[in-house]
Amino acid sequence: MSTELQKPDATAAAGHTMPSRESADRKQLTQGRWAYTLLAPSLILLAVVIIYPVLNAIIMSFQKDSGLDPATGFFSEGGPAGFENYTHWLLQQCTAPGGGSVACPPGTLGAQFWDSMGTTFFFTVVTVAFETVLGFWMAIIMARAFRGRSLIRAAVLVPWAIPTAVTAKLWFFIFAFEGIANKLFGTQILWTGSEWPAKWAIIIADVWKTTPFMALLILAGLQLIPDEVYEAAKVDGASTWQRFRLITLPLVKPALMVAILFRVLDALRMYDLPAIMTQGANGTTTLSILVVQQIRQGFNTAAALSTITFLVIFLVAFIFVRFLGANAVDAATSSGKAK
Amino acid sequence: MKSKKFLLPAAVAGVLALSLTACGGGGGGGGTSSGGASGDAANNLDGRGPITYVQGKDNSNVVRPLIEKWNAAHPNEKVTFKEQSDQADQQHDDLVQNFQAKNANYDVMSVDLIWVAEFAAKGWLQPLKDKTAISTDGMLESTVKSATYNNTLYAAPQSSDGGILYYRGDLVPNPPKTWDEMMKMCDIAKQNNIGCYAGQFQKYEGLTVNAAEAINSAGGKIVDDSGKAAVNSSEAKAGLTNLVNAYKDGNIPTEAITFQEEQGRQAFEAGKLLFHRNWPYVYNLAKTDGSSTVKDTFKMAPLPGKDGPGASSLGGHNIAMSVYSKNKATVADFIKYITSEETQRFYATQGSLAPVLTKLYDDQELVTKLPYLPVLKTSIENAVPRPVTPFYPAVTKAVQDNAYAALKGEKTVDAAISDMQAAIESAGAK
Amino acid sequence: MSTATASKTSTTPAAHAKRPFNWGSLRTYISAVIILIWCMAPFYWMLVTAFRDVGYTFDTTPFFTHITWDNFATVFDESLGNHFGRNLLNSLIVGAVTTVVALLVGVFAAYALARLNFRFKFVVLGFILGASMFPGVALVTPLFQLFTNIGWFGTYQALIIPNISFVLPLTVYTLTSFFREMPWELEEAARIDGCTQGQAFRKVILPLAAPATFTTAILAFIASWNEFLIASQLSNDSTKTVTVAIAYFAGAQPHQEPYTAVMAAGTVVTIPLVVLVLIFQRKIVAGLTAGAVK
Repeated sequence: MSTELQKPDATAAAGHTMPSRESADRKQLTQGRWAYTLLAPSLILLAVVIIYPVLNAIIMSFQKDSGLDPATGFFSEGGPAGFENYTHWLLQQCTAPGGGSVACPPGTLGAQFWDSMGTTFFFTVVTVAFETVLGFWMAIIMARAFRGRSLIRAAVLVPWAIPTAVTAKLWFFIFAFEGIANKLFGTQILWTGSEWPAKWAIIIADVWKTTPFMALLILAGLQLIPDEVYEAAKVDGASTWQRFRLITLPLVKPALMVAILFRVLDALRMYDLPAIMTQGANGTTTLSILVVQQIRQGFNTAAALSTITFLVIFLVAFIFVRFLGANAVDAATSSGKAK
Repeated sequence: MKSKKFLLPAAVAGVLALSLTACGGGGGGGGTSSGGASGDAANNLDGRGPITYVQGKDNSNVVRPLIEKWNAAHPNEKVTFKEQSDQADQQHDDLVQNFQAKNANYDVMSVDLIWVAEFAAKGWLQPLKDKTAISTDGMLESTVKSATYNNTLYAAPQSSDGGILYYRGDLVPNPPKTWDEMMKMCDIAKQNNIGCYAGQFQKYEGLTVNAAEAINSAGGKIVDDSGKAAVNSSEAKAGLTNLVNAYKDGNIPTEAITFQEEQGRQAFEAGKLLFHRNWPYVYNLAKTDGSSTVKDTFKMAPLPGKDGPGASSLGGHNIAMSVYSKNKATVADFIKYITSEETQRFYATQGSLAPVLTKLYDDQELVTKLPYLPVLKTSIENAVPRPVTPFYPAVTKAVQDNAYAALKGEKTVDAAISDMQAAIESAGAK
Repeated sequence: MSTATASKTSTTPAAHAKRPFNWGSLRTYISAVIILIWCMAPFYWMLVTAFRDVGYTFDTTPFFTHITWDNFATVFDESLGNHFGRNLLNSLIVGAVTTVVALLVGVFAAYALARLNFRFKFVVLGFILGASMFPGVALVTPLFQLFTNIGWFGTYQALIIPNISFVLPLTVYTLTSFFREMPWELEEAARIDGCTQGQAFRKVILPLAAPATFTTAILAFIASWNEFLIASQLSNDSTKTVTVAIAYFAGAQPHQEPYTAVMAAGTVVTIPLVVLVLIFQRKIVAGLTAGAVK
């Protein structure tokens, strides 16, 4: 028995015991080495598929796109660009014909940068707001015990399972001028052809697809709250609204914040729905769509824009984790049992 | 033992990492070469052997019979057909990928008119002169212009297309010759409770086509012969104003702002439009579609312009030779074959594709087969290619965005035109 | 006797309480029905349209009318330039390989994160989470250039490699959460009972881990199958996946929008997924709520 304690066998499922300090340190050391060995393949693979291309993109973003040599009429290599590509997007600086720079005129991709930023954030805020509220409502329903509950749970997975491209085409069809949306509401709206209807069409499609997913995440959080807490509150005379505000919300908050964080980061990257439903027309160009459009006109400028995009996303994630308490790392490492 | 478990994944990852770093060294620039152009263009001028012809989806079923005929006559220089997707953007990207990779297997390809300048400026197309010269005698002038960049011929016209004015022959006995005439005839449309005129006004390439037609028909131009922006002129403004006013006055129905080719065709066939601008392909469908209510009443005319026929935007394809081909002499002969009278005739009779040889438009046999040929001839004779510039994607965006905003009334025509000018200049300045 | 009467009087109020109409439960049922309709209605409409004759594309009859298999024939008809069978195969290959690689590599990482204590554990977890939040566009731009330069454009690896960038973190994250909840003490118990390391692993750990790994495989496969942005930029005609194919489905005429055929294609792509999801719904819900992304 005493030999067991001294064996620094890191594979034993002994992580929860409390060994003496010396063997604890040794255990942590061997566990550490062992852990990094196990983690190495994943970390290396991620480094290769993510870090390498991103570094490449950053390098590219400091190069100029190839320009036309007026003498020969052929394209020639761009050469170094400094921060030109970044000022192109952030400060709307476009090169003027005679050299120097000028504010990007409407009709260039550069002029659309701040609009796309606005559109992307608009979509994010609106869709996540709807999905949270509606998702919460769905979660509360699904938390109750009733016959047919598993049918509802299964139905709720259907929108999630359908590929976004199919969802986009489906809603494109529903919102066609002669489609069922107009027929049901008796309207003649050119959904994908005018600005605000197009925005709402995309929002509706996104909310349909993702609310069930939010509902499931919130449901998981709701199910952690023990019934006794509610019982006690009822006994104390708390109303439904008070119970919701003082018990449900605070206890669900960790799971809710993580769900919101994931959804916000997803929405900031939105591409499939607007690209397929409207091709980005009528004020529905998101940052991702702008990057893809720019790729065809100049790689290096596109690389600068995609770098700006992922910096924005990281910034948002940082704000969420730091200041709004969305602790996704905790959520992953907690055992999922109620405190 | 445990170490072996992770050795394999780590090794795989390591190999991946190694291969990527080794091969992907240079990320800068746009993958184009300038000096390489003259070098590659001088190679393989006398090469003969099997070649590959690349084209987008052959909707008209003309390519395979043509190739079979060639192969029977040239057993040592057989042509293989590589059929691309139906989508223009994907065809473009496929060509770009293969050019950038200097793929010698893409010998000769069919290119959309708007790509010629771009590909030529990137040094990917063989100039068709000296040993690889192709004669353009007898070809419609506008088609030859579309294949020329920097005063050099970089492709041979292969098939053509132009805008046509479809109209209700039962309501309008004589088609309008000018835009003003057409607008005056809108009273007839109002009396019959239908829309007067529609083209393609959704914000996409079709809008560039229509806007270019409006601008060119009024005497303006979008870029000049050297590719510089030239749209800021009173003629261009007059042309765009025609469209904007028609939309404002309701002569162009409100929903037409979402029309692409198909929506317009369907509206015309359902009898909802008096005049409709579209491509020749509509002829067959309007005549034979079950749902077409106009099959016996519609007629065709050249687009109306300022004082006469308008300037339609040239459509169609050109056939080009890759500088990376190893058998350029064969390719040159193949191009001559495709542009020969016999093949052009076959294009018309079998594929309903407009030929590029002028004299075929007066040929009796062809006119019987394609009754719209004389109208199309006028259209193409007066056609202006869309802006010939290596920066076409940026230029078409400049035109679309500003024309769309003007149509919707979001900015004045003056502002739209000067923004268009600035945007095109900015694109070319890169 | 007094107890009998006492119990009688005590049961009657309860019995009476059951009689008045349970409004709360009715509200719940109505809400449940609303949720059901919300989730299924558009999907149902896709099915109805897929089976509807193309001449009645915009007919609004809510039940199946003008039923035909024509649209499905059109989907697989190659003469229009669509190669849907090929596209299905491509999606399958890319999805399968991505899933296998992600699982093989990720299961070790998940074990380490779930079971071992080491410094920087939270940093590593944060890094992996951060990787899953990466925007696909940031990868596409350099990869587009890179793959062209090394001649990998239009190959399977050009799709698999970027897919791994988001499937691997998803796999690690999901498996970590599952592994956290597994009763590892059983392995210890088996060892005490006399099993060797290998036996304990095979007889105790594997059977415990198998369901979790299987569920994670499903989630990973679905994530890869549904991917669109990367596939649309880095694939060519021969490696196109179904999502791209559906987005750009070609109709019989150059500018046509073949609605019914696209709905049929969507049905073909979705039905297997829906069936899969319904069969394994409990496991999938467990996996998703264990903190998965997407």
